[in-house]
Amino acid sequence: MTDFDIIIIGAGPAGMSAALTAANGGLDVLLLDEQPHAGGQIYRNVKQNHSKQSWFGKSYSSGINLVDALNHIKITKCFGATVWRVEANKRVLWSQNGESKVSTAVHIVLANGAQERPFPFPGWTLPGVMTIGSAQILMKSSGIFPKDSVLVGSGPLLYLVATQMIEANCPPKALLETQTLRMMINSLIHLPKALLNMKSLIMGFMFIYKIKSAGVPRYKSVSRLEAQSSGNGSIKFLFSHKGIRKSLTTKLLLIHQGVIPSTEISRSVGVDHSWNTSQLAFQPIIDKWGKTNIDGLYIAGDCGGINGSEAAVLYGKIVATKILYETGKINFNLYKKQSFSISFSLFFTNSIRLFLDTLFAVPQETLSPSDETIVCRCEEKTVGEIKLGLNEGITGVRQLKTSIRSGMGQCQGRMCDAIVRGIMLNNISQNDINILAPKARSPIKPITLGELSKMKLD
Amino acid sequence: MKTDSRFKTLIKSTNDVNFTLFGEIVTVPKGTTLAAAILSNFGEASRITETGALRTAFCMMGVCFDCLVEVDGNPNIQSCMVLVHDQMVVKRQIGLRSIGISKDD
Ligand code: FES
Repeated sequence: MTDFDIIIIGAGPAGMSAALTAANGGLDVLLLDEQPHAGGQIYRNVKQNHSKQSWFGKSYSSGINLVDALNHIKITKCFGATVWRVEANKRVLWSQNGESKVSTAVHIVLANGAQERPFPFPGWTLPGVMTIGSAQILMKSSGIFPKDSVLVGSGPLLYLVATQMIEANCPPKALLETQTLRMMINSLIHLPKALLNMKSLIMGFMFIYKIKSAGVPRYKSVSRLEAQSSGNGSIKFLFSHKGIRKSLTTKLLLIHQGVIPSTEISRSVGVDHSWNTSQLAFQPIIDKWGKTNIDGLYIAGDCGGINGSEAAVLYGKIVATKILYETGKINFNLYKKQSFSISFSLFFTNSIRLFLDTLFAVPQETLSPSDETIVCRCEEKTVGEIKLGLNEGITGVRQLKTSIRSGMGQCQGRMCDAIVRGIMLNNISQNDINILAPKARSPIKPITLGELSKMKLD
Repeated sequence: MKTDSRFKTLIKSTNDVNFTLFGEIVTVPKGTTLAAAILSNFGEASRITETGALRTAFCMMGVCFDCLVEVDGNPNIQSCMVLVHDQMVVKRQIGLRSIGISKDD
């Protein structure tokens, strides 16, 4: 006997909708999330923030319905719960308040979302350089807003957060965008299909309109980025714009270069992964119901490939619908009918994806930063050191880790794997590259030996 | 030298928690993550690396591990993942502590 029918890891849009669909269909669900509240990053603290939702916009407040619906008799929710090991036999080991527990289920759904793509340039480790996503988390969860910040990078989140800052009367000093004219031209071919998701396109234009009317200066096609510390905690940010070297001084430099799937759990449990050539990131190989190569292990939402929160809700539904069918909770006709209608909605939601991927393509200097740039924030290793290793004949990430120690620090490669991959692509011939996704090992989050020794295992 | 916070507190709550942060007594709303409490009170580094480089929290979502601090004598605590509580004592983390060792081992 297992403890639950399904264990869902991650209470963001995908995890919440999978939990609700499964629970409504009569399955016992355990929903685990590392954060103190439901919502994931996108609907973070949506419940706690309901008085000031106007700052964060309509699509944020829509998350409240999902969070409310989680009060379901069939759903056991645990927050502040860090999953540190998932086993192919559907055992999940997780830690809460310094105590580790084991839970078992027939099915596991990984819905642990995405992380921001590492965006390395010289000085990106300085105090006062943070990600745009982190600033948004602080705004939503703690009500603290960036003072005179400068926003750098590319992607829809850049415009969304800038708009939210303007709404809250803390506008950024400037927006520096790495997007080039070439990227815009390249994206045009995908525009007709993107028109099928008119709602998102209009939302994007609204953000840009608000930023323009607030008078926030925008610099386009910036390159050769570099942050220097300039006394009293300030940052001098240098960049090239229209062939001229310019600089801005700020206390808070917020950076963003899109998001990539969080794959450390799926990699550690043995799911097969492949390299997504348009999103430039590893993602698990799954079928249209989120099934992986491991029996009973499913993946829903952005950790299976970036498609955004609206799609994540639909992916959560489709995975749970499949599980309901496989456990005999719904019949074939209902299953067919429901999965058809979800796939239909997904087609429209995802029609904008290729357009966005090309419009906000990752710039070459992020894929292969200059030699003095730190790649591995934990072990403080630079691009130059990695290249030296590659020149000496290293062809795989594993070899790099053992000989240079990049990716061997506390974050276990979460911040550098994607960069190292780009450097390898640029510096050794394609045929020599070991293209496998790097292995992840449990514990995928550090736990103390004390906690481990106190664990009850049967 | 003290650096002012890089953030402005817009939403104040009355339900407060008092604790010791880098040697000062601070008051923040209940339910705040430790990293947010640090960022709203200090602009300077919360961690110093092995080579002496200064760091502040970077991702706020448990990915980068740049927000490590020492809480009540336990090193390597991800400040973005824990909530503040009364009477906690938080110190900067200086250098590296090997993972898996805490004061109760
Ligand atoms: S700020 Fe990145 S792990 Fe805490």
